[in-house]
Amino acid sequence: MDTTVANTGTEGKTWGGGNEPLKASYGKMMMWFFIVSDALTFSGFLAAYGFSRFKFIGSWPIADEVFTHVPFFHGNYPMIYVAFMTFILIMSSVTMVLAVDAGHHMKKNKVIWYMFLTIIGGLIFVGSQAWEWGTFIKGDYGAVQTKGGNILQLVDNEGHRVAIGDIAIDAHGERVQHERKNGLWFVDEGTLPAYTVDEVYNGLVANPNVLIRTQEINAEGHKTVLTREESLQQLKNNGKLVVEGANLHVNEYGTSLFADFFFFITGFHGFHVFSGVVINIIIFFNVILGTYERRGSYEMVEKVGLYWHFVDLVWVFVFTFFYLV
Amino acid sequence: MAHEHKLAIFRGTVKFKSNTQKIWGVLIFLTIVTAIEVILGIYKPESLMAKFIGMKLLNWIFIILTIVKAYYITWDFMHMRDETKALRRMVVWTAVFLICYLIFILLQEGGYIESVYTNGFVKRDF
Repeated sequence: MDTTVANTGTEGKTWGGGNEPLKASYGKMMMWFFIVSDALTFSGFLAAYGFSRFKFIGSWPIADEVFTHVPFFHGNYPMIYVAFMTFILIMSSVTMVLAVDAGHHMKKNKVIWYMFLTIIGGLIFVGSQAWEWGTFIKGDYGAVQTKGGNILQLVDNEGHRVAIGDIAIDAHGERVQHERKNGLWFVDEGTLPAYTVDEVYNGLVANPNVLIRTQEINAEGHKTVLTREESLQQLKNNGKLVVEGANLHVNEYGTSLFADFFFFITGFHGFHVFSGVVINIIIFFNVILGTYERRGSYEMVEKVGLYWHFVDLVWVFVFTFFYLV
Repeated sequence: MAHEHKLAIFRGTVKFKSNTQKIWGVLIFLTIVTAIEVILGIYKPESLMAKFIGMKLLNWIFIILTIVKAYYITWDFMHMRDETKALRRMVVWTAVFLICYLIFILLQEGGYIESVYTNGFVKRDF
């Protein structure tokens, strides 16, 4: 492909730097090599995720039970929203490649239009990811963490999840959150959970149809549900902290490593999408101002397009390893 | 400027008239693959739960479909199909080799640690 942007007067001079064995311009080749190195960074993260998952293969959270929400709809819809996000990103990849194609034909207005759609797609994706994070951080049913750091969740007889808040019996004797103004000025305390383990335990005693579900995955691939006696005993002896939602310390859905990797990998990818949108906007304005029209080549659109497709490519893998496998 | 695109996909079985047409064709293909993944992910058919080389058959299907998607994104959206053989190999072979190596090392080690945990912290009793 003829992709030379500027002539340097060395064309055809083999020993003067005029030879282009790869028939790609410097900028495009460097974008490819950057992509290779960034792909290795992402592979490092995903492989580390795989490492931790293989390490705790018998108790890893089941993604279908974690990501079940769709904005504006109530109910249990695993995967639907993240499939929508994937489609949005692939769609914005298509408009990007259409912009590149229009650039090859020097059709400025078409490039502007397709770049605009690409930016919109990117923004929808980043927004969706923010919503996904918000939902994950907020949590839905709550759980109790044991002394050993395991997560105990509540289910009814039929295996449906039960929210902590629905059964906990308020004891009105709870501890006040420590603040700098009412205690040691150099010590901080995070927000206290809405319920204490004792309140949840009293609720469990009062609701004979509620059982405890542990992190362990049984032979059928489901989480193990304890018997009524085991449930009461487990919560009484080992319950330590009520957990609602997920953050870098605790995670109501299972091992906190899952939340750590989720925040880190989707966060790093989201940061790439964000920077991709910013770069796209810069190029978008350059196209409007006619920079590339005057330069006689829309190769810059092609280069930013490579980056944008790469972001899509990474998401395809994140989607598989976080949500499907 | 001459921009030649190779317009055939699936080893020449599907040929497109223009680059734009090819892009839409690839989009349709990628959408179908994603839809298959999502449907399999929601229903998780019991027949695909059998183990195959250390992993569920279903997971192998997901990984293979992902690599298929990655191939078409790289080849048709990133125009790898139109680059010279040398550039293509430089990028693809390097990445594929290093990523396979990394995955092998880390998953092997993860599986080993898991077996140490489950066997009461004794892997091999000498």
